[in-house]
Amino acid sequence: MKKILLIATAFSIAVGAPIMASASPSGDLKAFRAYFKKRFPDVKLSAYKDGIYAINKERREAWLEFEDFAPPYEDGVALGKKLFNTPFANGKTYASCFKNNGIGIRQDFPYFSAKKGDVVTLEGAINACRIKNGEKKLGWKKGKIAAISAYMGHTSRGNKVNIKIPNNPRAMAIYEEGKRQFYAKRGQLNFSCADCHVYQSGNMARGNLLSPALGHVTHFPVWRKKWAKKTFAKKNKRGATDGFGTLHRRYGGCNKQVRAKPFKAQKKEYKALEYFHTYMSNGMVVNAPGLRQ
Amino acid sequence: MANKWKVRAQLKGGTTTLKALITHPMETGMRKNKKTGKKFPAHFIQSLTVEHNGKSVLNADMGPAISANPYLSIKFKGAAAGDSVKISWSDNKGGSDSHTVKVR
Repeated sequence: MKKILLIATAFSIAVGAPIMASASPSGDLKAFRAYFKKRFPDVKLSAYKDGIYAINKERREAWLEFEDFAPPYEDGVALGKKLFNTPFANGKTYASCFKNNGIGIRQDFPYFSAKKGDVVTLEGAINACRIKNGEKKLGWKKGKIAAISAYMGHTSRGNKVNIKIPNNPRAMAIYEEGKRQFYAKRGQLNFSCADCHVYQSGNMARGNLLSPALGHVTHFPVWRKKWAKKTFAKKNKRGATDGFGTLHRRYGGCNKQVRAKPFKAQKKEYKALEYFHTYMSNGMVVNAPGLRQ
Repeated sequence: MANKWKVRAQLKGGTTTLKALITHPMETGMRKNKKTGKKFPAHFIQSLTVEHNGKSVLNADMGPAISANPYLSIKFKGAAAGDSVKISWSDNKGGSDSHTVKVR
């Protein structure tokens, strides 16, 4: 017990002064970026879209090799395209639910809908579209929904993340909740998202390099080698969507790693977190789906 | 996914870099099916050859230690743009496949 306490104390000293709370989202954004600017002076703001590959040269080379020659998510994106264009029983397709027929719109999600008084995520919109057209919901975290989302992200590559926080008390409340989720300590290890991905970003957690939270969301859904391996071990055959997972699947995994009980995907906690988290990456280029470890 | 090839041969400064992604289960014969408790029968590539205009540039003996869907990257000299490079393999079950690309 004493040892744990000691580690905890050491940790809190290493963390140092937390980012000062600001009143407005744009103030938060500035402070957030200023911290990373100080932490990684050589990394350009636009480079953060590549996650850990923006800050580690060796891993970047290996990653570029994969991306250039044979990204494993290719088949999944192709499958997503097929699913996206397959009509529902009533003859309509996903394109009918989205503006610009669903092409190149990833950067606008999640957005605040004043009519619903809630934040709409891309995955949420995909399932809402299915229900509207008399189909069953898809599972939230992996498989088909991730493939469709990955395809939609793929068509949005090169567009810049454009999240708006309207001057609406409900939108502000969701934003504040997301911010709270991001900085709130959780789990037996008593870590917050920010502990690893802001204050310790670039350091190692055992074999893993902790990625900076800035630019996190641009490459979701991701293809993770870890997930692909897990799916293969379970199913004993390889499929196009093996490694895919949505942002909320990743949140859940992160929470489990600090030994906290994850929240359910697409419920208010993670939706709020996604809202805050994505807003912090405003103006960054979408490069979904990303390939990660 | 069966027998899907992804091969690229690129010429740069007199050296050709061949990259190939081969689709193969590469079953070691040691992995167990958890449901039945039986082992999956071994199924892996035993020999792999790369030919440049019909002349062999690589003969590889491969075994079960190589991962599923193996990735191969080799460099060789003496090829010109437009030459054909053929890569082929045969496995322990008697299966084989080949693929030809042009050097770019």
